[in-house]
This record gives sequence, C-alpha cells and structure tokens, in this order.
Amino acid sequence: MQEILENKPGKKTILLGNEAIVRGALESGVNFVSTYPGTPSSEIGNVFSQIAKKAGVYFEFSTNEKVALEAGIGASFSGLKVLVAMKNFGLNVCVESLIPLCYTGIKGPFVLLVADDPSCWSSAQSEENSRAFAYLAHIPILEPSEPQECKDFIKLAFEISKSFKIPVMVRTTTRVAHQSAPVVLEKITSPGLVVGRLVKNPEQFSTMPPRTLRMHRELLSKIEKIKEFSEKSKINIIKNQTGQTGSDPGLTPKGTPKGIGVITSGISYLYVMEALKELNLDLPVLKLGFFYPLPEKKIKNFIKKLNKILIIEELEPYLEKEIERLAKSSNPRLQIFGKSHLSEIGELKPENVISAIAQIAKKKIKIDFKKHLRKFQELPLEKRYPQLCSAEVAPPGCPYWLVFSAIKKAAPKNTVFGGDIGCYMIAACPPHFLQDYLFSMGSSIGIAHGIRKSLRLSSRQAAEQKVIALIGDSTFFHAGIPALINTVFNKSNPLIIILDNRTTAMTGHQPHPGMGKTGMGEETEEIKIENIVQAVGVKNLKVIDPQNFEKMVSTIKEFLEKKEVSVIIARRICALLAKRFKK
Amino acid sequence: MKKQKKFKDFNIVVTGIGGQGLITLLKIISETALAEDYDLAASELHGLSQRGGSVEVHFRFGKKVYSPLVKQGGANLIISLEAQEALRACRYGSKEAKTIFILNNFLSPILGNKKRPSTKNILKDLQKFSQRAILLPANQILKEKIGTSVTAGIFLLFYASFKNLIPLRPNSVLGAMKKVIPEKYLEINLKTLELAKKYE
Repeated sequence: MQEILENKPGKKTILLGNEAIVRGALESGVNFVSTYPGTPSSEIGNVFSQIAKKAGVYFEFSTNEKVALEAGIGASFSGLKVLVAMKNFGLNVCVESLIPLCYTGIKGPFVLLVADDPSCWSSAQSEENSRAFAYLAHIPILEPSEPQECKDFIKLAFEISKSFKIPVMVRTTTRVAHQSAPVVLEKITSPGLVVGRLVKNPEQFSTMPPRTLRMHRELLSKIEKIKEFSEKSKINIIKNQTGQTGSDPGLTPKGTPKGIGVITSGISYLYVMEALKELNLDLPVLKLGFFYPLPEKKIKNFIKKLNKILIIEELEPYLEKEIERLAKSSNPRLQIFGKSHLSEIGELKPENVISAIAQIAKKKIKIDFKKHLRKFQELPLEKRYPQLCSAEVAPPGCPYWLVFSAIKKAAPKNTVFGGDIGCYMIAACPPHFLQDYLFSMGSSIGIAHGIRKSLRLSSRQAAEQKVIALIGDSTFFHAGIPALINTVFNKSNPLIIILDNRTTAMTGHQPHPGMGKTGMGEETEEIKIENIVQAVGVKNLKVIDPQNFEKMVSTIKEFLEKKEVSVIIARRICALLAKRFKK
Repeated sequence: MKKQKKFKDFNIVVTGIGGQGLITLLKIISETALAEDYDLAASELHGLSQRGGSVEVHFRFGKKVYSPLVKQGGANLIISLEAQEALRACRYGSKEAKTIFILNNFLSPILGNKKRPSTKNILKDLQKFSQRAILLPANQILKEKIGTSVTAGIFLLFYASFKNLIPLRPNSVLGAMKKVIPEKYLEINLKTLELAKKYE
C-alpha cells in the first residue's frame, strides 16, 4: 500500500479505481480527508488510514457521512484542501448540509467522492443513482470511466472547485471503483501538515435569509460559468470520428453506416468502445466527463448532423432526457434511442451494449446472447448465500452465530425481527431467517418503535407480537442513537440487541467511536455504548458475552416481557479481527 | 521486441468462494500482464457477498482493452477454485470462444442445497459452454505435499501458464508473484509452482 506514495512521475502502476482516487488527491496536495466506510468506496478510507501520517494528511473516520461532510466544511472554511468520500446512501445522510454548502461556496478546494452501486453488489436498500443530486444541490458532477480517469478527474475536480469556489462531486460506480488498470503516476505535491485558520466571514459562511436567496442566485451564475468551462473541457470528448483526435488505430472503418452517433459516460463508455471494436464499427462517440453542468453547445453540435443517436447510460435516463430537450432546438428530427434498448434496472454488461449498438447500426452479432443466456439459465444453479464466518475461516467462528441461535431459542413464534446494515444482514439468509424488514443505517430501531406503537401496549396482540431490532456497534453510533432516544421519549418497548463486535466489520474493519483508536491509529476516548444507552434513560440493559449462551437466552426472554424499551449489548470481538490481532 | 501478439485480447474469469484468495490471484495476473507490456483491465468485487458467498473476478489483457468485464460467452479461460462455481461461470464460456475451463477438484457445500453435486455432472454441463474442461486435484495435491490448500489458485494459474493455456510466461508469473505475495508466504507458493510444473 505504501507504493501509492511513490514519487516516481511517469511510472505506470496498477491501481484500483479507489486507490487512483487517493493518488489523485495526493497529487493535488490534499490536506484534510474524512469519510464513513461504505462499499464500493471503502478502500479510499482504508488507504488513507494507512498512509495519512506519512503523507502529511489529516484523515478521519467520522461518526457518519453527515459529520464527515461537516468536518470537511470546517476544514475548507479554514482554507484547507478537502476530500470527503462516501457511498451513495451516505450522500443521503449528508445532503442536508451539502445543499447549503453549494449556496455558501467553499474557501479551500472541496471534492466530494460518491460511489454508486448499480446491481447492488454491496448494497441492500436501493440502486440509487446519485446523479440526481446535481439537480437538487446544483453540484458539478464528474464521471470517470477507469482508474486513470479516477486520478485525473479528482485533480480536475480540485481545480474546478478552486476556480469557481464550489464543492465538486466525482461519481463512480462499483465497476469503476473496483476496476484495476495501469495508471501513470505524476508528482505528489505533498504540502506536509498544513495549519488552517478560519478568517471570519459570516457573509459567506452563514446562510440566513434574505442572504440565502442571493446565494442561490450566485450559485446558479457559478453553474453558468462552469457550463462554459465544460464546453471547452477536454473530458467531454468526441472519439473515433474521422478527423478527430483519439480515434483508435485498432479500428477499421469499413461498412459503418452514416448518421448514427453514441453519447455515453462513466463505465458505459468502456463497453461502447469494446462494442465498436467487436462490431467493427466506427461510429462517432461523445464521451461526457461532466454530468453536470452538461456542455450543451457541444452536444447540440454533435447531434446536429446525425439521424440517430444512441444514449448509453446505467439506471435512470437522465442524459437521454437532457438530450431529448437539446434536440428540440438543434435537430428536431433526430431519432433518440436509449432506454428503448437498455434496461433501467441493474448495471449494464458489455453484451447489453453490443446488442443495442448492433440493433441500431443493423449489424450482426457473432454470439446470440439471448440463446446463450437461455442455455445458461437451464443449468442447475443453486444460490450460494453469504455466510457468517465459520470456525474454519476464523476460529471459533463469528459471534453472531451464537446471538442468532439464542434469539431463535428465546423468541416466541410471532416475533418480528428488524434488520440493519452490517454483517448481521446475513440474518436474512439460510439457515437463520431472522429478518422481517431491512432499510437503512439505524432504521431497525426507528421502525421497531413504530411497529410496537401500532399495537396498544396492553393488548393481547402486543403480547403476541414482540419486536427484536438488531443493530451493529458502528451502525448504532452512526444513526441508532436518535432512534433509541425516540423509543424512550415516546414510550415503546422493542428489544434492541446491539451486536457489538468491536469494529466496522462488513466494510473491512475500520475503527469507530467505541474502539479507542482513530482512523490515523491514535489513542482516543473509548466511548462506551452502555453509557450512552443508560444516559438516554433505558432501564433494562445488560451487556452479555454471546458465549454465555444461557444468559443470552434467559435475558432475551426476560426483556421481551418488559413494559419499557430494553437493550442487550452482545459483546464479542469479530472473529476475523481477533485472528488478525493474533498474527 | 520480446513479445509476439497472436491474439486481439485475452479474457479470463476467475471464480470461487469468498476467502479463497481470488483478489490476490487477480493481482498476480495483473502484474504479469503489465510486466509483459500488455494493456489490461480487471474487475474485482468487495463487500458482504464475499463473506463465504460466490465470488467472480474478471481480467482482460491485450494490445488495447476497454471493458473490465468479459462479455457473455467471451471467456478464453475460466479458472474455478470451486467446482460448482464453474457452472455459474458458464455465462462467460462458449464453443465460439473456445473457452477452456480449469477446475479445482473441490466442492464446498451450498447451504440449503438438497442434491449432492458431483464433479462428473458438472463436467458434463461444462461441455456445452467450452472446448475443454480440465479438472485438477489441486486441493488434494497441496494438502498432501505442503499441508494446506490455500495456494490452489496459484497452482491452477501456473498450470495454465506451463501448459500454454494462458499467453503469459511462467517466468513472468513468478516475477509478479514475488512482487505481490508477502515474503513470509513466498515459500509455500514457490513449492506450489514446482508441483504445478510437475503435474501432468
């Protein structure tokens, strides 16, 4: 991992998209980095955690993404160069502070990295497409396709942020963040640990009406200026068109129909180029590095001479809608294709793009993908679900095995089981089947409260339908505390089991506030979950080692009969982490 | 010029289950391709599904490659560290691409699966999606000779290299392995190389 610090300009090295983002930030001279771990963005924090001290960068794992963003805002207002990284759902958590940040603008350059996850490879709750926040927050968004661009776009984002005094978002997806490919290194401009200082300026930093409306106007005029920048930017580029730069020498333009073009961005661009190679087509491709603001003049010029345009993008057709709008004035007769040929659900695969382009360009495909897929689907495939670590993987095995079996033994038949975000989502899989709902960080408690409140607490139904909410230690710190307070304040009585495995296990064992270590490896106060639970007024509380199985079973039984909310902290270190400590 | 490029691009899918070292294997293949001066792109997956679930990584190299994903039916080589996972990788195998499967003769039970899988049936199914499927007792050989099967992936990779089933030279793979694998684990990996070399 230390090689990410290598100061050898010109060297070609293989980096993961997320590592290239770290490298880009280092080459930009970043001073302050904050994050909350969330896959597919997790490696960004992991790498900074290892190198920050050596690189002269301040780094922290914050309590949640909103706090991470706000820490970054404070640092930017103090003049520092800031990177804040998170996954898509983290953006939802911090958007309340992000929108005013776009209004106030920044002092030190500010880049926000957001990783989306089409197909939900490492997400449960939705296939959120974070591009939508461009419209909500008026934040410029850049979309890299590959690790080299991850590095280059982060650097460009810092430049745009600096020039226009606005936060800039770089959006990746799983196949970009977890793609590895050669990247050419440039010089790291490490400034060493820089001391920032806030120079008071409430005119800029304080959003109070009527100033807020003026800020809104200023924001829109910044976006207009950035649009001009976008028009000239090299990251919005036409590829493979005769006479244009960047055409691939590997392509032989034979039998290419005229009047057809492709517009694409992000990972989809790579599939487009692969498809053109495969189909031996030389269609002009407009690759958009900017998602927002779009280079509208460039797009209009591109589509002006075409009869047909194919827009290749994952999830919702945001680009397609914009291009429909632009075509009205520049080429009303243009035939626009996109979601007519591609699914709005799930990530795109190379074969989807090959098929779509082949259909529009009336080309034959070598393999009949549909027939092949049918043949594949006839195979006797059994789903292999993720599992809690076995004793073989990490002796004596994941402590959650014990917690889940204690719950099975103790809970009456009609008990509702609330799930939350972490390794314990595996509760939904065989052989456990202990998950009746799953939403977002901290929600197991909030929803459990609503379920209990819907029953009159003295009724027979309330006696029959118990609710057990599961939540992990890091998730509890992240968003569980306000929901727990609500159960006390508004008098409901779910049983909350806090699965305290002493780490943020699912995303790769990052430190959290209950561990006594910061993201830079420094000693810090170990915040005790039981103290928080007590302080908010929970009367029924026990801390139990799940290896004490009988006590776990009897306490669950006892607490399910309580009139007030009760909490069990099931505390035993993650078996994988324990194994690592032993090494 | 040290290389002769007889292929446009070479497409590999590696499958297995979480914890079998697929990412390390992918790193070694990547470093090998870089050392042999190819363009390359790989796709990994991280996160919860990797906790004992099915894992699938893609690797493509050649003169110029764009997509990090292998297209449906487009794999030249599929390395499977667990035999049932090879079936899942049939999505990428085809007669047209003359796909070659190299399977570790190892079956990890799938929770809730009532039927007992057999490698014989798996090999039969693979026929429809490949030119050839090779079943190697990597786990058995390694357990017997070095006491652990953690290097099964290394065994399969070197086998592929020695038998010219992947256009990457054994020496380059060795160099990449030395770069990627921490020194304290290097010895068992070198022993694995020797075993793969001798295996017929």
